[in-house]
Amino acid sequence: MVYTLNKKAALEIHKKIFLIRETEEKIAGEYSNQKMRCPVHLSIGQECVPATLSHFLNNKDFAVSTHRGHAHYIAKNGNLKKMIAEIYGKVTGCSKGKGGSMHLIDKSVGFYGTSAIVGNSIPVGVGLSYTLLKLKNKNLSIVFLGEGATEEGVFYESLNLAAVKKLPTLFICENNSYSVYSPLNVRQPKNRNIKEMVKSIGVSSLESDGNDIKKVFNACKKGIDYVRNNRKPFFLLFNNYRWREHCGPNYDNNIGYRTENEFRSWKKRDPLLNSYNLLKRLKINKSVIAKIEKKQTFKINNAFKFAEKSNFPSKKELLRDIYK
Amino acid sequence: MTKIPMSKIINKTISRAMHDSNKVICFGLGVTDPKGVFGTTLSLEKKFGSKRVFDVPASENALTGFAIGASLNSSIPILTHQRLDFALLSLDQIINGAAKWLYMFGGELNVPITIRMIIGRGWGQGPTHSQNLQSVFSHIPGLKVVSASTPDNVANLLYSSIFDPNPVIFLEHRWLHNSMGVFPKKLKTNEIGKCKVLKKGKDITLISLSYMTLECIEAAKILKRFKIEADIIDLRTISPLDERTIINSLKKTKRALVADTSNNFCGISSTVASIINQNVDKLKNKVEIVSLPFCPEPTSYQLVKHFYNDRYTIVNKVLKMFKIDKKIKRDKSFKPDVPGNWFKGPF
Repeated sequence: MVYTLNKKAALEIHKKIFLIRETEEKIAGEYSNQKMRCPVHLSIGQECVPATLSHFLNNKDFAVSTHRGHAHYIAKNGNLKKMIAEIYGKVTGCSKGKGGSMHLIDKSVGFYGTSAIVGNSIPVGVGLSYTLLKLKNKNLSIVFLGEGATEEGVFYESLNLAAVKKLPTLFICENNSYSVYSPLNVRQPKNRNIKEMVKSIGVSSLESDGNDIKKVFNACKKGIDYVRNNRKPFFLLFNNYRWREHCGPNYDNNIGYRTENEFRSWKKRDPLLNSYNLLKRLKINKSVIAKIEKKQTFKINNAFKFAEKSNFPSKKELLRDIYK
Repeated sequence: MTKIPMSKIINKTISRAMHDSNKVICFGLGVTDPKGVFGTTLSLEKKFGSKRVFDVPASENALTGFAIGASLNSSIPILTHQRLDFALLSLDQIINGAAKWLYMFGGELNVPITIRMIIGRGWGQGPTHSQNLQSVFSHIPGLKVVSASTPDNVANLLYSSIFDPNPVIFLEHRWLHNSMGVFPKKLKTNEIGKCKVLKKGKDITLISLSYMTLECIEAAKILKRFKIEADIIDLRTISPLDERTIINSLKKTKRALVADTSNNFCGISSTVASIINQNVDKLKNKVEIVSLPFCPEPTSYQLVKHFYNDRYTIVNKVLKMFKIDKKIKRDKSFKPDVPGNWFKGPF
């Protein structure tokens, strides 16, 4: 399939970036009301990669993700109402309120779960890709991970397994430089290049800026084409930055593990701002953008209303679904 | 009916399952090698092809996650570990993943995988090739834990495990691989969660699992000489446990001895004793437990003889319960580090 970053594609991507940003902002804004009583790991600042990647995916492609999974779920067209209800702990949530923010699922769009254990979902995504070998179509399995997971043993095991068994897995690694508060330089040697390391294990790879839509688009296109056509794994490394604290709704530049200056330098590369600039260059009418955004805001507000008015799970849910 | 070794019965059961459903896949380190995991996976690749039966990298954790992922989209994986101890590298995937996928995603996706773990004993298996960790796995809601003891049961238990919609830890004792039995014509899919009363008796209930069931059968033969008739209950499934069968037997016999394959601290024998205490009144004796000392299996065969229990340990404890002042001595030819004289090593 030929993909070009034309007006239609740019608007689609903008819609997703906006939807992710505004959803996360709304969660952050409402969090202090103490109705979302679970940890939340927001994706603000990291919207570009999932939003752009989603342009290349269909519902028969699988995806698994991490504790910071809202953006990936939304990008894969996961049901927004069910996600917000899940964070509210309601029975109408995607996991009936038993999983929360870190355990999101929407089978109908191929989103097969997120894990709260770093690296835990990586081999699951590889296993899903094995089931695609039997099929004649060119579907693939996406494994979203952060650079922290590249320090886990299961990451190497999974890459090796995907390589030796030639599985259609696309690894999407977002390097936001921090594992909770620990910077990359205390976790990995200075001259380590994740992309090269992955290559030496036997999986082709590519590194790209993670905030520039055009660059992300081209990288995704290469990765997607490679996996769909060669039925072999590929690894995409994107560099981006989370704006807020590791877990929770606040900014935390004041606590001392990173600097205000570093944050500001990344904020200049705001994915949403980049998206507006791209739409401007493509000469897309402001009213068209406003109309799309209005729809997204409406959708978000509706999702929160749905979550607010939904019921909590009843006591009998406690012992349900332990065994099938 | 021709009798064949349990290892061959396991092999035939996997083969039958793979024949009955093309969703079943079988993998693990060594499943296609010349030894075929003690013969249990021999010739499966030839029959079903390398897409369904394959050797793998030594990556226990990733392979378990791989099995979970494959099972989420309609595969039925059988993952084999030549030793249970190796599977400990995959506890994250088993406990945080397989056991919880159904619950933490609100019942959306189940994980129908079977993880075979083989338990070694003696001949220098030592601290990390011989652990009976049924209690560890049974502590986790969402996992089923099955432990076959007799060759006549293994086929139905394994077949039921493979087609169970949940993750099943299937424990095989290496010393049982050579016990002889018959491969049933028809296989059942509903054998999990049921104890089996192997022999009926009115005086005492011997409850055990895995290899210790064989020792209980032999112990019961000796006890008969003292006119003590034992009910023998083979647990077969550790989790979920068939409490009803145990309680019913105890209501009749009022005496119980639980023979564990591990130590009893937080163990299955302590759990069974507690279930009996909570449910059966007027016991004639306190529930006795025969279990391992609280230490790893030592390697030296001179130390091993102090580590394991056998039919004589069981018999002597029972005689004491009945206030019979007699002690049965071990047969002199008995070697605690080999399953029989036929065994010449190496593993």
